Amino acid sequence: MIAQLIDGPLWYFSLTVFVLGVLWRLFMILRAGVKKDLAVPRDGSGAGALRAIFSRFVPERTVRRHGKVQLIAGYMFHLGLFALLFLARPHVDFFAERMTGFGWWSMPYWAFIVAAEIAFAGLIMLWLYRLLNPVTRLLSSADDYVGTVLVFLVMLSGCLALAQSVEALRLTHLLLVEMLLIYFPFSSLMHAFTFAFSRGYTGATMGRKGIRA
Amino acid sequence: MSEQFELGVAELGKQIDARISSYFSSCVHCGLCAEACLFYTETGDPRYTPIYKLEPMKKLWRQEHTIRGKLAKALGLSKPLQEKDFADWEELVYDSCTLCGRCSMVCPVGNDITYMISKEREGFSRAGYAPEGLKGATQRALEIGSPMGVTLKTVLATLAHVEKDTGLSVPVDQQGADYMTLFSSMEVVNFPEYIESIARIFDAAGVSWTISSKAFEATNSGIQIGNSDNAAEIVGRVVTAAEELGVKYVISPECGHAYTSIRWAGPNLIGRPYRFKVIHILELLDQLKQEGRIRFSGKTDEPVTFHDPCQIVRRGGVVQPQRDLLNGIAENFVEMTDHGVMNWCCGGGGGVSANERADELRIKAFDRKRKQIEETGVNTVVTACANCRMMLEDGIEENEMETTVIGLTELIADYLVTDAKEQSEVR
Ligand code: SF4
Ligand code: SF4
Repeated sequence: MIAQLIDGPLWYFSLTVFVLGVLWRLFMILRAGVKKDLAVPRDGSGAGALRAIFSRFVPERTVRRHGKVQLIAGYMFHLGLFALLFLARPHVDFFAERMTGFGWWSMPYWAFIVAAEIAFAGLIMLWLYRLLNPVTRLLSSADDYVGTVLVFLVMLSGCLALAQSVEALRLTHLLLVEMLLIYFPFSSLMHAFTFAFSRGYTGATMGRKGIRA
Repeated sequence: MSEQFELGVAELGKQIDARISSYFSSCVHCGLCAEACLFYTETGDPRYTPIYKLEPMKKLWRQEHTIRGKLAKALGLSKPLQEKDFADWEELVYDSCTLCGRCSMVCPVGNDITYMISKEREGFSRAGYAPEGLKGATQRALEIGSPMGVTLKTVLATLAHVEKDTGLSVPVDQQGADYMTLFSSMEVVNFPEYIESIARIFDAAGVSWTISSKAFEATNSGIQIGNSDNAAEIVGRVVTAAEELGVKYVISPECGHAYTSIRWAGPNLIGRPYRFKVIHILELLDQLKQEGRIRFSGKTDEPVTFHDPCQIVRRGGVVQPQRDLLNGIAENFVEMTDHGVMNWCCGGGGGVSANERADELRIKAFDRKRKQIEETGVNTVVTACANCRMMLEDGIEENEMETTVIGLTELIADYLVTDAKEQSEVR
């Protein structure tokens, strides 16, 4: 009964909350509007926006020197997570079956383990850094910790499910994913989508001034 | 809750546009912006983390722009902004931010934190939470026409001195001149050499220029304090004067803040594009050099370094002209490690220099510049902003350093081939 709920209605419900919530948040941003810039531009805003969306993947010197832990841990976590999310065998099957109708290349088991280890190590380092560094401790709110814990649990249950192939573990994993999807639009996990907007807006403004940002 | 405070909160709310909303949505609280801010790096105080300076605005954003915040507000679970929030944050918003823009260059999600702080100031100043020094400067700018209280009479007296010293005539209110030149009060009062240099250079290059008796001040305290109505009035005077004189260009003085005010903020403040173009003095000098209209008589062999005024490079987009010019007159130009768009601020921009309350903190933050200068091993710092220059001289004195500060335009005038005959020979 519970299994059917998790596998069926709850999945669709959480997916709906996620999709509508994310769209609503993006709509809220766009609705606030940006005034037209009347100053004569030096360069194009479009090129500036595009540039910033990509250039910020490469850290600036200040960050390379003073933000090493976050930089390395941040990249480890995000890359590991994307590998797990999009290239783990069960995920590819899941996407193919429920969403896309087609599958793609998936990682061999050993690569899955490596990706998981990298993602876990990154996440734990970021978490510790958040707790121990006075700046991040001051900035962080409950939301940051809830997001981290949820992602951690999702990853943990996912790894266990794959390693053990026990149905109960798969369902636990799915339930946690559903919780994460529902929580997502209400939290700073939204940065996964809004980063393109914030980088784009800044890049556009800087681009008009002829500054490479 | 006072009526003025409510107006301030309403103003703060109005400032939250799509940009700011996306910035708050994207912030992952990584704290990396702290490493870019001289107020944090030189004090180690986490409260000086750039994005932390925006807590009041963030609170309002959350309540008005997020699902969770709206829910919490409806259920009475979140408190509205209090006067205390503004009182506690005033120092962070004004004293510990020079609007230098460095944080905006490093944020991994691309937040323009500087833009956010300048917008937050709109709410704070409307609510009455702004430093006395800046309030006074804005008042003087509106009433007298200069934040330092410099009157037209003083300017004309300075111009008379310049004419006497140079033997050149300085055109005032010349209808139909190509260029209208602006100054910052600090140049008029502390560095009249700048005006003298311009007179010499323009004479040598045959530039058709004028000064307006109706608008000579280029800085804009309205922008620094965060009051766009005042800012619009101040910039409006320049626009009216320039359009009445029918000039093709308005020249921004060296002062970086003046440049961003006139060049980038101005049209948006008055709500329409100008009928003239704005050019920074360094852009114009570089252009004159490229066109061969000014020539240099040699180069200094004294090693020099350059302090980039934040608003000229990082917020203004003028990065190369000063380098081309300096290389033309200096044999040995040594760049600081972080230069150009990633330079470190002198500590006195964004109205901090007009805010006496911030003096102690400013001198502390100057330590970053001190280390940068010392690292170059050079004793002569060239810069292109009267405000930066004052701040550098102040910091140098406080730290008992053996450094000399020179204005770039003056240095150019020193090496200018002025004699008409010599000029034609060089050509
Ligand atoms: S660097 Fe950007 S994302 Fe990180 S705390 Fe600062 S504003 Fe937020
Ligand atoms: S603009 Fe400059 S001074 Fe202000 S918070 Fe950012 S880095 Fe610090």
